[in-house]
Amino acid sequence: MDSNGVSSASDIRREIASLEAAKAQIEDRISTLQAQLSNCSSNGRAKEEIEENRFSAPSPTETISDGQLSADMIYRYSRHLLLPSFGVEAQANLLKASVLVIGAGGLGSPALLYLAACGVGRVGIVDHDVVELNNLHRQIIHTEAYIGRSKVESAAAACRAINSTVQIVEHKEAFRTSNAVEIMSKYDIVVDATDNVPSRYMISDCCVVLGKPLISGAALGLEGQLTVYNYNGGPCYRCLFPTPPPTTACQRCADSGVLGVVPGIIGCLQALEAIKVAGAIGEPLSGRMLLFDALSARIRIVKIRGRSLQCEACGENTTLTPQKFRDFDYEKFTQSPLSTSPLKLNLLPTNARITSKEYNERNIKGEAHVLVDVRPSHHYKIISLPKSLNIPLASLEARLWEISAALGRDEGDKTENDGSSASLYVICRRGNDSQRAVEYLHKMGFTSAKDIVGGLESWANDVDPKFPTY
Amino acid sequence: MTFGFKILSTPIYTGENMDSKEEGNGSKSVEIKVLFFARARDLTGMTHMPLEVSQGTTAHDCLNRLIVKFPGLEEIRNCMVLALNEEYAPGSTVVKDRDELAIIPPISGG
Ligand SMILES: [Zn+2]
Repeated sequence: MDSNGVSSASDIRREIASLEAAKAQIEDRISTLQAQLSNCSSNGRAKEEIEENRFSAPSPTETISDGQLSADMIYRYSRHLLLPSFGVEAQANLLKASVLVIGAGGLGSPALLYLAACGVGRVGIVDHDVVELNNLHRQIIHTEAYIGRSKVESAAAACRAINSTVQIVEHKEAFRTSNAVEIMSKYDIVVDATDNVPSRYMISDCCVVLGKPLISGAALGLEGQLTVYNYNGGPCYRCLFPTPPPTTACQRCADSGVLGVVPGIIGCLQALEAIKVAGAIGEPLSGRMLLFDALSARIRIVKIRGRSLQCEACGENTTLTPQKFRDFDYEKFTQSPLSTSPLKLNLLPTNARITSKEYNERNIKGEAHVLVDVRPSHHYKIISLPKSLNIPLASLEARLWEISAALGRDEGDKTENDGSSASLYVICRRGNDSQRAVEYLHKMGFTSAKDIVGGLESWANDVDPKFPTY
Repeated sequence: MTFGFKILSTPIYTGENMDSKEEGNGSKSVEIKVLFFARARDLTGMTHMPLEVSQGTTAHDCLNRLIVKFPGLEEIRNCMVLALNEEYAPGSTVVKDRDELAIIPPISGG
């Protein structure tokens, strides 16, 4: 309907001709399939229907009988309809399906764009974050114009711009046990595009409780992982990982970095798997895990274990109910926060710490001191404070002598390494590693060492607003 | 003294010594290829390595050997997919010559 406003007669004729061609092909395909269907044994058919109903994919027979695609839809999705293994049935299934995408970030961006473009009937987006400049290298659904605004609003606008016929539902809230069941129960398929461990357990458990297939993707650094959980008798996330990883093993893109295109690829694959499940075609990646390695350009697919009978969520003796799910403390279980806010350690007594403002004042006064920056060297190369000495935390032990030497240089050659005269300050990005370093330095006899609270981030906030952050 | 702290990296080769002993006793050894993914790459500093073990060694034994070699791997011991030749394998599976053992901790970023 939208394209008819200013079309010339020749445009209209061309469109009619192409629609008629598509229609002929579809009718051809329908008659082929009807012939096939009548050849199928009635036993096989009944079994198929049971399988389909159990996993809430719409039955193809329904859509052939009741749902003729409109002319606009035939034209828009013609390239799908022309695919013999996809065709009008799978497209009709998509149009009736609903998909919930949790997280409108690096994974969610391409997943949402493709799900909207391909004609999934209803797409829900959950996120509580706002768009930031340092998201844009990978979260390709957002544009500069939306910086500071809700990611859900931004993503919804982009989806509607691509396909106004898809119903986009905005859930501008964090996905929590308190709202999870209510939100998720309105959708057929769930895409986990979040970025933290507790969310992964929470979403998987909720999918088990509600019987929804889960398309789970993850990306970090130069690697990605993809699996379809809780589908067709396959395992859930807890079947594979009954014990959560220790917090030290939980890395975030904000700390470890990520090459933008890596979540892009995994997010596209998530859209693909969601389309396969929704369209009821092919073999979804259930019971298998895809591992993507960007540096070596390798994709491996590993067969993973089946459903575990002992699984706390989906096993034989599970006691997981919607109520129990609501009461479960996922942050406590995984020892990490559901929000992506960075960790704030507090290891040191106040007299072993100084604020960035205080450090600045002492520096201006000309206090003799050594400033050690314990960030990894590739961080140090991004930006650093003048005259700071870069000794990454990991090599602190082996390079203590450099601190002694620097202290000696700064305050003549008095005592060996106790640092009693020149002061010793330690800084890092956010003020966690600097505390770990100071704790160690105290143990090793550098008793005057102090950490700069809040690291370079607080320097940028409180001392020098022009100092770059990352 | 400021130079006394470089102890951590030495016990790496204890595993190899065990190997040569076993071979000395006459039992045959097999060589497998170990693949590291995600956090296991950070903890070992490599993407893959050969591992020589005696015949009859299980996947679980191999993991223990790797943890001796790289104590940091202890961190992910209870949270990983262990795959032998691209298939899920219970820890009790005996490894064969030229098998590929993959250590796959989950990624959670996005
Ligand atoms: Zn399970």
